[in-house]
Amino acid sequence: MILLYLKIFWTFFKIGLFGFGGGYAMISMIQAEVVSNHGWMTNGEFTDIVAISQSTPGPIGINSATYVGYTSVVNAGYSSLWGTLGSLIATFAVVLPSLILMLAISRFFMKYKNHPAVEHTFMGLRPAVVGLLAAAALLLMNAENFSAPGENPWQFFISVGLFLFAFIGQMVYKMNPVLLLVLCGISGLLLF
Amino acid sequence: MWELFKTFFHIGLFTFGGGYAMIPLIESKVVDEKRWIDREMLLDLIAIAQSCPGIFAVNIGIFIGYKLRRTPGALVCALGTSLPSFIIILVIALFFRHFRENEFVDRFFRGLRPAVVALIAAPVFKMGKRANITFQSVWIPVVAALLIWQFGVSPVYVILIAGLSGYAYGQYIKN
Repeated sequence: MILLYLKIFWTFFKIGLFGFGGGYAMISMIQAEVVSNHGWMTNGEFTDIVAISQSTPGPIGINSATYVGYTSVVNAGYSSLWGTLGSLIATFAVVLPSLILMLAISRFFMKYKNHPAVEHTFMGLRPAVVGLLAAAALLLMNAENFSAPGENPWQFFISVGLFLFAFIGQMVYKMNPVLLLVLCGISGLLLF
Repeated sequence: MWELFKTFFHIGLFTFGGGYAMIPLIESKVVDEKRWIDREMLLDLIAIAQSCPGIFAVNIGIFIGYKLRRTPGALVCALGTSLPSFIIILVIALFFRHFRENEFVDRFFRGLRPAVVALIAAPVFKMGKRANITFQSVWIPVVAALLIWQFGVSPVYVILIAGLSGYAYGQYIKN
């Protein structure tokens, strides 16, 4: 029990510490740690969490830390009270590195942000963050989220259609993400 | 101090869709309304918060809080930005499990899932543009994605290696 809390704390501390590139890049880290590494929840549950984080206000990093902290404790068989403590620990842990770093950086970064060593480090970081995002999307393109042609062809093809609709809606027409989610949810309700 | 908390609580409560959506709200609240910092300062702040790890909005809050009231100010702003999400998500988490099994909710979420994946895939290209990826550097995101996706490498290592290689490249090869 305490071990689980320690693991949650350490996991989210790491995510907060290495989470460069904003919420979506952080999602790929949370997924790698929580689903692939620790097996605290399934890929499908994780996708649900991302959906909920996207359709509620607030930073996605905080939203998903809160939700994952709760769910992983409850999935391990403990009551919702312990789950609440888990979400508190995860949220605190994900903010803590920022707090420490930003306080230090508030003093020093202004002075050194144009220093070549800092610039070069970021030159390597920025393209890698893009790869991180791509990996998150690729990892979620699985049978749990889309079904499969051999398993449930109807759901599979509708899912691919919904994916394309949401992708184009977001990329080309810059539609509101919450609206896209609601539209796809309603389609699911009607078609599945 | 209370004003700081209230302002960042408000910002945390009314931003949908992640960090960047927060910028206009921060601008109107902190720059135009409260006049705590000027617009130029905000731009610098955004650049710093973007290049630091952690949650963008929280980083900005910490920075502004620190500038106005030192460490206690930073703590209050971090708390203010995180608290609304924390409360809302906790309430959802407490009840969601009970009706996730419901047939209609299940169908709704089966429709949602492909859209979520699309919403994660779309910013890949936007971020690619912002990171100034060229033909010479396009292999970096591709290799990073493959390592994580196909070989199960932790993104933490990918970030560490990318930062260190960028540093080493600049220090020893380019010069």
